[in-house]
Amino acid sequence: MALSIFALIGHKNGAADDSAFELAAAAKAIDAGASVTAVVCGAGSELDSVCQAVSATYPTVWKVNHAALAYPNAEALRPALAKVLPKGAIVLMAHDTLGMDLGPGLSIKLDAAFVPDVVGIDGLDGNVLKLVRQEFGGQVSTHIQCDIGDGAVINVRSGAFQPTGDAVSGSVVDKSGDVGDIQPKRKYLETVVAEVGDVDITKADVLVSVGRGIEDQENISIAQELADAIGAVVSCSRPIVDAKWLEKSRQVGTSGKTVKPKVYIALGISGSFQHLGGIKGNPFMVAINKNPKAPIFQVADVGVVTNLLEFVPELTERIKEKK
Amino acid sequence: MEILVCVKRVPDTAENEIVVNSSGSDIERGDLVYSVNEWDNYAVEEAIQIRDRVGGSVTVVTVGDEESEEVLRREMAMGADKGILISDPAFEGSDGKGIASILKAEVEKGKYDLILTGAQADDGAAQVGGMLAAMLDLPFASLVNKIEIVNDKTIKVGREVEGGNQEMNEISLPCVLSIQTGINEPRYVGIRGIRKVASVEIPVHKAADLGIDPAKVGKAGAKVKKVDYFIPPAGKGAEILEGSSEEIADKLIELLKAKGGIK
Repeated sequence: MALSIFALIGHKNGAADDSAFELAAAAKAIDAGASVTAVVCGAGSELDSVCQAVSATYPTVWKVNHAALAYPNAEALRPALAKVLPKGAIVLMAHDTLGMDLGPGLSIKLDAAFVPDVVGIDGLDGNVLKLVRQEFGGQVSTHIQCDIGDGAVINVRSGAFQPTGDAVSGSVVDKSGDVGDIQPKRKYLETVVAEVGDVDITKADVLVSVGRGIEDQENISIAQELADAIGAVVSCSRPIVDAKWLEKSRQVGTSGKTVKPKVYIALGISGSFQHLGGIKGNPFMVAINKNPKAPIFQVADVGVVTNLLEFVPELTERIKEKK
Repeated sequence: MEILVCVKRVPDTAENEIVVNSSGSDIERGDLVYSVNEWDNYAVEEAIQIRDRVGGSVTVVTVGDEESEEVLRREMAMGADKGILISDPAFEGSDGKGIASILKAEVEKGKYDLILTGAQADDGAAQVGGMLAAMLDLPFASLVNKIEIVNDKTIKVGREVEGGNQEMNEISLPCVLSIQTGINEPRYVGIRGIRKVASVEIPVHKAADLGIDPAKVGKAGAKVKKVDYFIPPAGKGAEILEGSSEEIADKLIELLKAKGGIK
Protein backbone atom coordinates (compact mmCIF):
# COMPACT_ATOMS: atom_id res chain seq x y z
CA MET A 1 0.00 0.00 0.00
CA ALA A 2 1.36 3.38 -0.93
CA LEU A 3 2.04 5.76 1.93
CA SER A 4 0.48 9.17 2.45
CA ILE A 5 3.26 11.67 2.95
CA PHE A 6 2.69 15.33 3.83
CA ALA A 7 5.35 18.03 3.48
CA LEU A 8 4.92 21.15 5.59
CA ILE A 9 5.98 24.08 3.44
CA GLY A 10 8.01 26.89 5.02
CA HIS A 11 7.49 30.25 3.35
CA LYS A 12 8.18 33.93 3.76
CA ASN A 13 6.73 36.99 2.01
CA GLY A 14 4.80 34.85 -0.45
CA ALA A 15 7.77 32.70 -1.50
CA ALA A 16 8.36 29.05 -0.56
CA ASP A 17 11.62 28.21 1.24
CA ASP A 18 14.22 26.13 -0.63
CA SER A 19 13.41 23.32 1.82
CA ALA A 20 9.93 23.02 0.24
CA PHE A 21 11.48 21.40 -2.83
CA GLU A 22 14.03 19.38 -0.87
CA LEU A 23 11.20 17.75 1.12
CA ALA A 24 9.65 16.47 -2.12
CA ALA A 25 12.94 14.69 -2.86
CA ALA A 26 13.01 13.29 0.70
CA ALA A 27 9.45 11.97 0.24
CA LYS A 28 10.53 10.18 -2.95
CA ALA A 29 13.45 8.60 -1.08
CA ILE A 30 11.01 7.20 1.50
CA ASP A 31 8.60 5.73 -1.05
CA ALA A 32 8.72 6.61 -4.74
CA GLY A 33 5.09 5.52 -5.10
CA ALA A 34 3.72 7.53 -2.18
CA SER A 35 1.06 10.14 -2.63
CA VAL A 36 2.77 13.34 -1.53
CA THR A 37 0.83 16.41 -0.44
CA ALA A 38 2.26 19.84 0.28
CA VAL A 39 0.65 21.60 3.25
CA VAL A 40 0.83 25.40 3.12
CA CYS A 41 -0.32 27.11 6.32
CA GLY A 42 -0.62 30.83 6.86
CA ALA A 43 -3.00 33.73 6.50
CA GLY A 44 -4.01 35.99 3.66
CA SER A 45 -3.45 36.26 -0.05
CA GLU A 46 0.30 35.60 0.08
CA LEU A 47 -0.57 31.92 0.54
CA ASP A 48 -1.80 31.75 -3.05
CA SER A 49 1.59 32.48 -4.60
CA VAL A 50 3.21 29.89 -2.31
CA CYS A 51 0.59 27.28 -3.24
CA GLN A 52 1.06 28.04 -6.91
CA ALA A 53 4.85 27.75 -6.66
CA VAL A 54 4.78 24.35 -4.92
CA SER A 55 2.01 22.97 -7.16
CA ALA A 56 4.68 22.61 -9.85
CA THR A 57 6.41 20.06 -7.57
CA TYR A 58 3.60 18.48 -5.55
CA PRO A 59 0.56 16.81 -7.19
CA THR A 60 -1.69 17.98 -4.35
CA VAL A 61 -1.39 21.16 -2.31
CA TRP A 62 -3.45 21.77 0.81
CA LYS A 63 -4.01 25.41 1.60
CA VAL A 64 -4.73 26.16 5.25
CA ASN A 65 -5.69 29.81 5.66
CA HIS A 66 -6.42 30.97 9.23
CA ALA A 67 -5.86 34.29 11.01
CA ALA A 68 -4.05 32.55 13.89
CA LEU A 69 -1.45 31.24 11.41
CA ALA A 70 -0.42 34.67 10.09
CA TYR A 71 2.97 34.32 11.76
CA PRO A 72 4.44 30.79 11.80
CA ASN A 73 3.88 30.24 15.54
CA ALA A 74 4.35 26.54 16.34
CA GLU A 75 1.87 26.82 19.21
CA ALA A 76 -0.87 27.66 16.69
CA LEU A 77 0.38 25.42 13.87
CA ARG A 78 0.52 22.30 16.04
CA PRO A 79 -3.20 22.11 16.92
CA ALA A 80 -4.12 23.19 13.37
CA LEU A 81 -2.07 20.38 11.82
CA ALA A 82 -3.32 17.86 14.38
CA LYS A 83 -6.86 18.58 13.12
CA VAL A 84 -6.10 18.72 9.40
CA LEU A 85 -3.77 15.72 9.02
CA PRO A 86 -5.19 12.19 8.82
CA LYS A 87 -4.29 9.51 11.33
CA GLY A 88 -1.10 7.63 10.46
CA ALA A 89 0.26 10.45 8.26
CA ILE A 90 3.98 10.67 7.52
CA VAL A 91 4.81 14.36 8.00
CA LEU A 92 8.02 15.93 6.70
CA MET A 93 9.29 19.36 7.67
CA ALA A 94 12.58 21.23 7.61
CA HIS A 95 14.73 20.91 10.74
CA ASP A 96 14.96 24.69 11.05
CA THR A 97 13.99 26.94 13.95
CA LEU A 98 10.30 26.42 13.13
CA GLY A 99 10.65 22.66 12.68
CA MET A 100 12.46 22.32 16.01
CA ASP A 101 9.66 24.29 17.66
CA LEU A 102 6.87 22.33 16.02
CA GLY A 103 7.96 18.76 15.20
CA PRO A 104 8.57 17.05 18.57
CA GLY A 105 5.24 18.19 20.06
CA LEU A 106 3.33 17.48 16.84
CA SER A 107 4.51 13.85 16.98
CA ILE A 108 2.99 13.57 20.46
CA LYS A 109 -0.32 15.12 19.35
CA LEU A 110 -0.47 12.72 16.36
CA ASP A 111 0.70 9.78 18.49
CA ALA A 112 3.37 9.24 15.85
CA ALA A 113 7.09 8.49 15.94
CA PHE A 114 9.55 11.39 15.67
CA VAL A 115 12.99 11.52 14.09
CA PRO A 116 14.85 14.85 14.12
CA ASP A 117 17.53 16.25 11.82
CA VAL A 118 17.55 13.44 9.24
CA VAL A 119 20.41 13.62 6.71
CA GLY A 120 19.78 10.41 4.76
CA ILE A 121 16.95 8.02 3.89
CA ASP A 122 17.71 4.35 3.14
CA GLY A 123 14.12 3.42 2.28
CA LEU A 124 11.29 1.44 3.72
CA ASP A 125 11.12 -2.18 4.89
CA GLY A 126 7.51 -2.95 5.77
CA ASN A 127 6.63 -0.50 8.55
CA VAL A 128 10.26 0.25 9.31
CA LEU A 129 11.71 3.40 7.82
CA LYS A 130 15.52 3.37 7.65
CA LEU A 131 17.16 6.74 8.20
CA VAL A 132 20.56 8.30 8.78
CA ARG A 133 21.33 10.92 11.45
CA GLN A 134 24.50 12.43 12.88
CA GLU A 135 25.64 12.84 16.48
CA PHE A 136 28.35 14.80 18.27
CA GLY A 137 28.26 17.71 15.85
CA GLY A 138 28.68 15.49 12.80
CA GLN A 139 31.67 13.50 14.12
CA VAL A 140 29.77 10.20 13.83
CA SER A 141 26.69 9.02 11.95
CA THR A 142 23.99 6.57 13.03
CA HIS A 143 21.54 4.31 11.24
CA ILE A 144 18.05 4.71 12.65
CA GLN A 145 15.06 2.41 12.34
CA CYS A 146 11.72 4.07 12.88
CA ASP A 147 8.41 2.23 13.25
CA ILE A 148 6.01 4.31 11.14
CA GLY A 149 3.00 2.03 11.68
CA ASP A 150 1.14 4.82 13.53
CA GLY A 151 2.62 7.60 11.42
CA ALA A 152 5.74 9.67 11.86
CA VAL A 153 7.03 13.22 11.97
CA ILE A 154 10.41 13.46 10.24
CA ASN A 155 12.47 16.65 10.48
CA VAL A 156 14.83 16.85 7.51
CA ARG A 157 18.10 18.77 7.55
CA SER A 158 18.19 21.69 5.10
CA GLY A 159 20.43 20.97 2.13
CA ALA A 160 20.56 17.20 2.74
CA PHE A 161 18.35 16.41 -0.27
CA GLN A 162 18.61 17.86 -3.76
CA PRO A 163 15.33 18.86 -5.44
CA THR A 164 14.59 16.43 -8.27
CA GLY A 165 13.29 19.09 -10.63
CA ASP A 166 10.40 16.86 -11.78
CA ALA A 167 7.53 19.10 -12.82
CA VAL A 168 3.87 18.29 -12.20
CA SER A 169 0.69 20.29 -12.50
CA GLY A 170 -0.71 20.01 -9.00
CA SER A 171 -4.10 21.05 -7.74
CA VAL A 172 -4.76 23.25 -4.71
CA VAL A 173 -7.35 22.08 -2.17
CA ASP A 174 -8.60 24.53 0.47
CA LYS A 175 -8.55 22.84 3.87
CA SER A 176 -9.03 26.02 5.93
CA GLY A 177 -12.45 24.90 7.13
CA ASP A 178 -10.98 21.92 9.01
CA VAL A 179 -8.94 24.02 11.43
CA GLY A 180 -11.66 25.43 13.67
CA ASP A 181 -10.86 27.54 16.71
CA ILE A 182 -7.23 27.92 17.84
CA GLN A 183 -6.29 29.57 21.14
CA PRO A 184 -2.48 29.43 21.39
CA LYS A 185 -0.96 30.17 24.80
CA ARG A 186 1.98 31.83 23.11
CA LYS A 187 1.69 35.09 21.23
CA TYR A 188 4.20 36.41 18.70
CA LEU A 189 5.19 39.99 19.53
CA GLU A 190 7.97 41.13 17.19
CA THR A 191 11.25 40.16 15.56
CA VAL A 192 14.32 41.98 16.78
CA VAL A 193 16.70 42.15 13.83
CA ALA A 194 20.33 41.23 14.55
CA GLU A 195 22.64 44.19 15.04
CA VAL A 196 25.07 45.16 12.34
CA GLY A 197 28.51 45.30 13.93
CA ASP A 198 31.51 47.51 13.24
CA VAL A 199 32.64 45.13 10.48
CA ASP A 200 30.37 43.61 7.85
CA ILE A 201 31.67 40.05 7.39
CA THR A 202 29.13 39.42 4.63
CA LYS A 203 31.04 41.82 2.35
CA ALA A 204 34.52 40.36 2.97
CA ASP A 205 36.39 38.49 0.19
CA VAL A 206 38.70 36.77 2.63
CA LEU A 207 37.68 35.59 6.10
CA VAL A 208 39.86 34.24 8.88
CA SER A 209 37.32 32.45 11.04
CA VAL A 210 37.98 31.22 14.58
CA GLY A 211 36.31 28.44 16.52
CA ARG A 212 36.56 26.71 19.86
CA GLY A 213 40.09 25.49 19.02
CA ILE A 214 41.41 28.98 19.67
CA GLU A 215 41.01 27.99 23.36
CA ASP A 216 41.31 31.42 24.94
CA GLN A 217 40.11 34.96 24.36
CA GLU A 218 43.70 36.21 24.32
CA ASN A 219 44.45 33.95 21.35
CA ILE A 220 41.94 35.79 19.14
CA SER A 221 44.85 38.14 18.43
CA ILE A 222 46.57 35.25 16.60
CA ALA A 223 43.70 35.24 14.10
CA GLN A 224 43.58 39.03 13.92
CA GLU A 225 47.30 39.21 13.12
CA LEU A 226 46.94 36.67 10.32
CA ALA A 227 43.93 38.60 9.00
CA ASP A 228 45.88 41.88 9.11
CA ALA A 229 48.79 40.30 7.25
CA ILE A 230 46.64 39.08 4.36
CA GLY A 231 44.01 41.80 4.26
CA ALA A 232 41.20 39.64 5.64
CA VAL A 233 38.41 40.12 8.16
CA VAL A 234 38.01 38.01 11.33
CA SER A 235 34.79 36.04 11.73
CA CYS A 236 33.94 33.16 14.06
CA SER A 237 31.73 30.21 14.94
CA ARG A 238 29.04 30.13 17.58
CA PRO A 239 31.03 29.09 20.72
CA ILE A 240 33.19 32.21 20.36
CA VAL A 241 30.09 34.43 20.49
CA ASP A 242 28.59 32.41 23.38
CA ALA A 243 31.81 33.02 25.31
CA LYS A 244 31.48 36.74 24.44
CA TRP A 245 34.97 36.80 22.90
CA LEU A 246 33.67 38.39 19.68
CA GLU A 247 30.49 40.26 18.72
CA LYS A 248 27.46 38.36 17.42
CA SER A 249 27.81 40.29 14.15
CA ARG A 250 31.02 38.30 13.47
CA GLN A 251 29.29 34.89 13.69
CA VAL A 252 29.05 32.73 10.55
CA GLY A 253 26.27 30.14 10.50
CA THR A 254 22.55 29.53 10.30
CA SER A 255 22.06 31.41 13.57
CA GLY A 256 24.53 34.09 12.48
CA LYS A 257 25.49 35.65 9.16
CA THR A 258 25.57 34.07 5.73
CA VAL A 259 28.89 34.90 4.06
CA LYS A 260 30.09 34.54 0.45
CA PRO A 261 33.87 35.03 0.55
CA LYS A 262 36.36 33.88 -2.10
CA VAL A 263 38.64 32.41 0.55
CA TYR A 264 37.65 31.04 3.97
CA ILE A 265 40.33 30.11 6.51
CA ALA A 266 38.87 28.10 9.40
CA LEU A 267 41.01 28.06 12.53
CA GLY A 268 39.98 25.50 15.15
CA ILE A 269 36.46 25.17 13.71
CA SER A 270 35.03 21.63 13.80
CA GLY A 271 32.55 22.31 10.99
CA SER A 272 29.06 21.66 12.33
CA PHE A 273 26.30 21.84 9.72
CA GLN A 274 24.94 24.95 11.40
CA HIS A 275 28.28 26.68 10.80
CA LEU A 276 28.73 25.39 7.23
CA GLY A 277 25.15 26.43 6.46
CA GLY A 278 26.29 30.04 6.71
CA ILE A 279 29.03 29.71 4.06
CA LYS A 280 27.80 30.13 0.49
CA GLY A 281 29.38 30.59 -2.93
CA ASN A 282 31.78 27.64 -2.61
CA PRO A 283 34.88 29.54 -1.42
CA PHE A 284 38.41 28.10 -1.40
CA MET A 285 38.48 26.72 2.13
CA VAL A 286 41.51 26.12 4.31
CA ALA A 287 41.02 24.25 7.59
CA ILE A 288 43.58 24.28 10.38
CA ASN A 289 42.61 21.97 13.23
CA LYS A 290 44.41 19.58 15.55
CA ASN A 291 41.65 16.94 15.32
CA PRO A 292 42.11 15.01 12.03
CA LYS A 293 38.52 13.70 12.38
CA ALA A 294 36.97 17.17 12.47
CA PRO A 295 34.12 17.29 9.91
CA ILE A 296 35.57 20.53 8.50
CA PHE A 297 38.23 18.44 6.69
CA GLN A 298 35.44 16.79 4.68
CA VAL A 299 34.44 20.08 3.11
CA ALA A 300 37.69 22.05 3.07
CA ASP A 301 39.91 22.17 -0.03
CA VAL A 302 43.14 22.17 1.94
CA GLY A 303 43.79 21.07 5.50
CA VAL A 304 46.57 21.33 8.05
CA VAL A 305 46.39 18.98 11.04
CA THR A 306 48.32 20.83 13.69
CA ASN A 307 48.19 22.95 16.81
CA LEU A 308 47.01 26.24 15.39
CA LEU A 309 48.29 28.23 18.36
CA GLU A 310 51.84 27.40 17.26
CA PHE A 311 51.38 27.15 13.52
CA VAL A 312 49.36 30.27 12.75
CA PRO A 313 51.83 32.79 14.26
CA GLU A 314 54.56 31.07 12.21
CA LEU A 315 52.44 31.34 9.09
CA THR A 316 51.76 35.01 9.76
CA GLU A 317 55.50 35.73 10.19
CA ARG A 318 56.27 33.88 6.98
CA ILE A 319 53.68 35.92 5.08
CA LYS A 320 55.15 39.17 6.43
CA GLU A 321 58.70 38.08 5.50
CA LYS A 322 57.65 37.35 1.94
CA LYS A 323 55.92 40.68 1.42
CA MET B 1 8.81 30.69 41.01
CA GLU B 2 9.26 26.91 41.12
CA ILE B 3 11.63 25.90 38.33
CA LEU B 4 12.57 22.41 37.12
CA VAL B 5 15.60 22.00 34.87
CA CYS B 6 16.13 18.73 32.98
CA VAL B 7 19.80 17.94 32.47
CA LYS B 8 21.86 15.15 30.88
CA ARG B 9 25.32 13.72 31.45
CA VAL B 10 27.13 13.56 28.11
CA PRO B 11 30.66 13.05 26.73
CA ASP B 12 32.38 16.42 26.67
CA THR B 13 33.21 16.94 22.98
CA ALA B 14 35.68 19.72 23.79
CA GLU B 15 37.73 17.15 25.74
CA ASN B 16 37.26 14.05 23.59
CA GLU B 17 37.68 12.78 20.10
CA ILE B 18 34.60 10.68 19.33
CA VAL B 19 35.48 7.31 17.79
CA VAL B 20 33.20 4.44 16.75
CA ASN B 21 34.01 1.08 18.42
CA SER B 22 35.06 -1.95 16.38
CA SER B 23 31.59 -3.49 16.14
CA GLY B 24 29.85 -0.19 15.45
CA SER B 25 27.47 -0.82 18.34
CA ASP B 26 28.51 2.35 20.16
CA ILE B 27 31.20 4.99 20.38
CA GLU B 28 34.35 4.16 22.39
CA ARG B 29 33.32 5.24 25.88
CA GLY B 30 36.24 3.85 27.90
CA ASP B 31 38.36 6.98 28.09
CA LEU B 32 35.69 9.61 27.63
CA VAL B 33 35.47 12.60 29.92
CA TYR B 34 31.83 13.25 30.80
CA SER B 35 30.23 16.49 31.80
CA VAL B 36 26.87 18.16 31.95
CA ASN B 37 25.42 18.90 28.49
CA GLU B 38 26.52 22.43 27.59
CA TRP B 39 23.00 23.67 26.73
CA ASP B 40 21.66 22.34 30.05
CA ASN B 41 24.29 24.28 31.94
CA TYR B 42 22.98 27.53 30.43
CA ALA B 43 19.45 26.45 31.41
CA VAL B 44 20.48 25.90 35.03
CA GLU B 45 22.29 29.26 35.18
CA GLU B 46 19.17 30.98 33.81
CA ALA B 47 16.97 29.22 36.38
CA ILE B 48 19.26 30.30 39.23
CA GLN B 49 19.26 33.91 38.01
CA ILE B 50 15.45 33.95 37.78
CA ARG B 51 15.11 32.47 41.29
CA ASP B 52 17.54 35.08 42.64
CA ARG B 53 15.42 37.85 41.07
CA VAL B 54 11.89 36.69 41.92
CA GLY B 55 12.30 34.01 44.60
CA GLY B 56 11.32 30.34 44.54
CA SER B 57 13.50 27.28 44.04
CA VAL B 58 15.41 25.42 41.36
CA THR B 59 15.29 21.63 41.04
CA VAL B 60 17.58 19.77 38.64
CA VAL B 61 16.50 16.37 37.36
CA THR B 62 18.15 13.79 35.13
CA VAL B 63 17.24 10.41 33.68
CA GLY B 64 20.35 8.26 33.77
CA ASP B 65 22.49 5.75 35.60
CA GLU B 66 24.02 6.29 39.03
CA GLU B 67 27.00 8.09 37.50
CA SER B 68 24.61 10.82 36.38
CA GLU B 69 24.43 11.90 40.00
CA GLU B 70 27.70 13.79 39.51
CA VAL B 71 26.13 16.23 37.05
CA LEU B 72 23.27 16.89 39.50
CA ARG B 73 25.83 17.72 42.20
CA ARG B 74 27.70 19.97 39.80
CA GLU B 75 24.53 21.93 39.05
CA MET B 76 23.66 22.07 42.76
CA ALA B 77 27.14 23.48 43.38
CA MET B 78 26.21 26.21 40.87
CA GLY B 79 23.21 27.04 43.04
CA ALA B 80 20.34 24.66 42.26
CA ASP B 81 18.41 23.86 45.45
CA LYS B 82 17.49 20.23 44.85
CA GLY B 83 18.47 17.30 42.68
CA ILE B 84 16.44 14.27 41.57
CA LEU B 85 17.96 11.22 39.89
CA ILE B 86 15.51 9.17 37.84
CA SER B 87 17.10 5.79 37.35
CA ASP B 88 15.81 2.34 36.51
CA PRO B 89 17.18 -0.44 34.29
CA ALA B 90 13.79 -0.36 32.55
CA PHE B 91 14.62 3.09 31.14
CA GLU B 92 17.65 1.90 29.15
CA GLY B 93 17.29 2.26 25.40
CA SER B 94 14.44 4.79 25.67
CA ASP B 95 13.91 6.98 22.63
CA GLY B 96 13.14 10.69 22.95
CA LYS B 97 9.48 9.99 23.56
CA GLY B 98 10.38 7.51 26.31
CA ILE B 99 12.59 10.06 28.09
CA ALA B 100 9.88 12.73 27.76
CA SER B 101 7.24 10.39 29.23
CA ILE B 102 9.51 9.58 32.20
CA LEU B 103 10.07 13.29 32.84
CA LYS B 104 6.32 13.91 32.51
CA ALA B 105 5.69 11.52 35.39
CA GLU B 106 8.23 13.39 37.52
CA VAL B 107 6.80 16.82 36.62
CA GLU B 108 3.33 15.65 37.67
CA LYS B 109 4.63 14.73 41.13
CA GLY B 110 5.59 18.37 41.75
CA LYS B 111 4.17 21.78 41.02
CA TYR B 112 6.37 23.75 38.66
CA ASP B 113 5.80 27.13 37.03
CA LEU B 114 8.67 26.84 34.61
CA ILE B 115 10.34 23.76 33.12
CA LEU B 116 13.61 24.23 31.26
CA THR B 117 15.67 21.90 29.08
CA GLY B 118 18.76 22.51 26.98
CA ALA B 119 17.94 23.17 23.32
CA GLN B 120 19.77 19.95 22.39
CA ALA B 121 22.35 17.48 23.68
CA ASP B 122 25.03 15.11 22.35
CA ASP B 123 22.72 13.45 19.82
CA GLY B 124 21.60 16.82 18.40
CA ALA B 125 17.98 15.74 18.53
CA ALA B 126 16.40 18.81 20.19
CA GLN B 127 13.26 16.83 20.92
CA VAL B 128 12.59 16.15 24.61
CA GLY B 129 11.43 19.65 25.63
CA GLY B 130 8.83 19.93 22.87
CA MET B 131 7.56 16.40 23.53
CA LEU B 132 7.32 16.99 27.27
CA ALA B 133 5.32 20.18 26.73
CA ALA B 134 2.90 18.43 24.38
CA MET B 135 2.43 15.55 26.83
CA LEU B 136 1.68 18.01 29.63
CA ASP B 137 -0.49 20.22 27.36
CA LEU B 138 1.71 23.18 28.24
CA PRO B 139 2.89 25.90 25.88
CA PHE B 140 6.44 25.53 24.57
CA ALA B 141 9.15 27.69 23.02
CA SER B 142 12.44 26.36 21.67
CA LEU B 143 15.87 27.98 21.24
CA VAL B 144 15.17 30.56 23.94
CA ASN B 145 17.90 33.18 24.35
CA LYS B 146 16.06 35.67 26.54
CA ILE B 147 13.58 35.36 29.43
CA GLU B 148 11.81 38.32 30.97
CA ILE B 149 9.44 37.66 33.86
CA VAL B 150 6.35 39.85 33.42
CA ASN B 151 4.25 38.53 36.33
CA ASP B 152 3.37 35.18 37.88
CA LYS B 153 1.17 34.25 34.90
CA THR B 154 3.12 35.54 31.93
CA ILE B 155 6.70 35.79 30.70
CA LYS B 156 8.31 37.16 27.57
CA VAL B 157 10.79 34.96 25.75
CA GLY B 158 13.16 35.60 22.86
CA ARG B 159 13.81 32.75 20.41
CA GLU B 160 16.96 32.68 18.35
CA VAL B 161 15.82 32.29 14.74
CA GLU B 162 17.59 32.26 11.35
CA GLY B 163 20.12 34.99 10.68
CA GLY B 164 20.69 35.64 14.39
CA ASN B 165 17.37 37.48 14.63
CA GLN B 166 15.39 37.27 17.85
CA GLU B 167 11.71 36.37 17.80
CA MET B 168 9.95 37.83 20.84
CA ASN B 169 6.90 36.01 22.25
CA GLU B 170 4.59 36.29 25.19
CA ILE B 171 3.90 32.91 26.77
CA SER B 172 1.67 31.93 29.66
CA LEU B 173 2.87 29.99 32.72
CA PRO B 174 3.37 27.19 33.41
CA CYS B 175 5.37 26.47 30.27
CA VAL B 176 8.32 24.49 28.93
CA LEU B 177 11.28 26.26 27.33
CA SER B 178 14.36 24.86 25.63
CA ILE B 179 17.37 27.06 26.25
CA GLN B 180 19.94 28.10 23.66
CA THR B 181 23.61 28.66 24.52
CA GLY B 182 24.69 32.28 24.93
CA ILE B 183 21.58 33.31 26.92
CA ASN B 184 23.86 34.04 29.91
CA GLU B 185 27.37 33.36 31.16
CA PRO B 186 27.21 30.21 33.33
CA ARG B 187 29.14 30.65 36.56
CA TYR B 188 32.30 28.73 37.26
CA VAL B 189 32.05 25.78 39.63
CA GLY B 190 35.11 25.06 41.71
CA ILE B 191 36.09 21.94 43.63
CA ARG B 192 35.12 23.70 46.84
CA GLY B 193 31.59 24.27 45.59
CA ILE B 194 31.20 20.62 44.69
CA ARG B 195 32.53 19.55 48.11
CA LYS B 196 29.88 21.69 49.78
CA VAL B 197 27.08 19.67 48.23
CA ALA B 198 28.87 16.31 48.33
CA SER B 199 26.80 15.00 51.24
CA VAL B 200 23.42 16.42 50.22
CA GLU B 201 21.04 13.53 49.71
CA ILE B 202 19.72 13.12 46.18
CA PRO B 203 16.55 11.04 45.96
CA VAL B 204 16.43 8.28 43.33
CA HIS B 205 13.08 7.74 41.62
CA LYS B 206 12.43 4.42 39.92
CA ALA B 207 9.75 3.41 37.43
CA ALA B 208 7.49 2.14 40.23
CA ASP B 209 7.90 5.39 42.22
CA LEU B 210 6.66 7.31 39.21
CA GLY B 211 3.91 4.89 38.22
CA ILE B 212 5.58 4.18 34.88
CA ASP B 213 4.74 1.00 32.98
CA PRO B 214 8.17 -0.49 32.08
CA ALA B 215 6.74 -1.85 28.81
CA LYS B 216 6.05 1.70 27.57
CA VAL B 217 9.61 3.00 28.07
CA GLY B 218 13.11 1.68 27.43
CA LYS B 219 13.94 -0.39 24.39
CA ALA B 220 10.56 -2.15 24.48
CA GLY B 221 8.59 1.06 24.10
CA ALA B 222 10.84 2.76 21.58
CA LYS B 223 9.52 3.34 18.08
CA VAL B 224 12.83 4.91 17.12
CA LYS B 225 15.88 2.68 17.46
CA LYS B 226 19.53 3.36 16.85
CA VAL B 227 20.92 0.41 14.88
CA ASP B 228 24.60 1.34 14.82
CA TYR B 229 27.21 4.06 14.64
CA PHE B 230 29.40 4.55 11.59
CA ILE B 231 31.74 6.97 9.92
CA PRO B 232 30.28 7.89 6.53
CA PRO B 233 32.55 7.10 3.57
CA ALA B 234 34.83 10.08 3.13
CA GLY B 235 33.95 12.42 0.34
CA LYS B 236 36.62 14.16 -1.68
CA GLY B 237 37.93 15.63 1.55
CA ALA B 238 40.65 18.19 2.03
CA GLU B 239 44.13 17.79 0.61
CA ILE B 240 46.11 17.52 3.85
CA LEU B 241 49.39 19.43 3.64
CA GLU B 242 52.37 17.49 5.02
CA GLY B 243 55.95 18.36 5.84
CA SER B 244 57.72 20.65 8.27
CA SER B 245 55.70 23.60 9.48
CA GLU B 246 57.86 25.84 7.30
CA GLU B 247 57.12 23.76 4.22
CA ILE B 248 53.44 23.68 5.03
CA ALA B 249 53.37 27.44 5.55
CA ASP B 250 55.06 28.01 2.19
CA LYS B 251 52.64 25.72 0.36
CA LEU B 252 49.73 27.41 2.02
CA ILE B 253 50.99 30.88 1.11
CA GLU B 254 51.37 29.79 -2.51
CA LEU B 255 47.80 28.42 -2.58
CA LEU B 256 46.33 31.45 -0.86
CA LYS B 257 48.06 33.78 -3.31
CA ALA B 258 46.71 31.79 -6.26
CA LYS B 259 43.16 31.96 -4.88
CA GLY B 260 43.26 35.65 -4.00
CA GLY B 261 43.54 35.05 -0.28
CA ILE B 262 46.53 37.33 0.23
CA LYS B 263 46.11 40.97 -0.67
